[in-house]
Amino acid sequence: MATYDVHVIIENKPGISDPEGETILNDLVLKGTHSTVSKIKTAKMLKFTIKEKDKKTAQNKICEICDELRIYNPMVSKVSISVIEN
Amino acid sequence: MKIGVVVFPGSNCDRDMYHVLTDVFHLDAQYYWHEKGLPKNIDAVILPGGFSYGDRLRAGVIAAHSPIIKDVRKLAERGIPILGVCNGFQILVEAGLLPGVLLKNTSLNFMCEWTELVVENNQTPFTNQFKIGQKIPIPIANGEGRYYVDESTLEKLKKNNQIVFRYAKTVNGSSYNIAGVCNEDYNVVGMMPHPERAAESQINPVDNKPSSLIFKSLLNTIGVKN
Repeated sequence: MATYDVHVIIENKPGISDPEGETILNDLVLKGTHSTVSKIKTAKMLKFTIKEKDKKTAQNKICEICDELRIYNPMVSKVSISVIEN
Repeated sequence: MKIGVVVFPGSNCDRDMYHVLTDVFHLDAQYYWHEKGLPKNIDAVILPGGFSYGDRLRAGVIAAHSPIIKDVRKLAERGIPILGVCNGFQILVEAGLLPGVLLKNTSLNFMCEWTELVVENNQTPFTNQFKIGQKIPIPIANGEGRYYVDESTLEKLKKNNQIVFRYAKTVNGSSYNIAGVCNEDYNVVGMMPHPERAAESQINPVDNKPSSLIFKSLLNTIGVKN
């Protein structure tokens, strides 16, 4: 068994408004001198630490947890999961 | 006749709801802690407002996994009237007992103000004493109250008459200005505004009678004369 850090990022699906991201873009970044930035999206990140036999099993287990416990709401959110080996 | 008021860690409108049920409408109400079960012979269940589990992860999602929700689900399937107010609505949505989802208000602010609702469906256990189009002056108090459904689900809700309340004007960016919905059988209703804070003349600056009709509808449904 090895210990893995698994990063879970939950963000709104395209088409679901993200007023916080829009405010950061329009009222902070674009009001400065950073005119090359075109989009900012906010997201929530959860960092799991899990013991599993391999990287793939760790990723699958976290996927299962996210779906089963509705860690993200599939109607409005998408999730991306990445495994980092310690 | 017994009405269950479900209490989660972080519920804070449970006492207001209990007070209105017992002191104002003389109903037999009882608190049920979320780790315990609900009796099979209960007549109605109300999930009150608050901040269950501090709104952590997402408003209502952790409470939706509480043991008591299994019983709420069974009672809902049997047609028992279930009402979720504010956080109670968020919990019912996260439990999959009602369609849609409640997102952060477009303003990103916690909104605490008086609004006006319009009754769209008067066939539920909580709206059968209203006329269609009747207005309800009522307060909202929420940060995640923006009801969202995709276009196809919205059309389905309209077709099935599952939209129970709409805001009279745009308040928080909700799809189709929806403030409350019901399930396909009409017995499970969720609403963001707080009828328990509007049913008495002492605390309603406009008119307490419309909010009273939500409770009188329930009395009518479960066969109690007030």
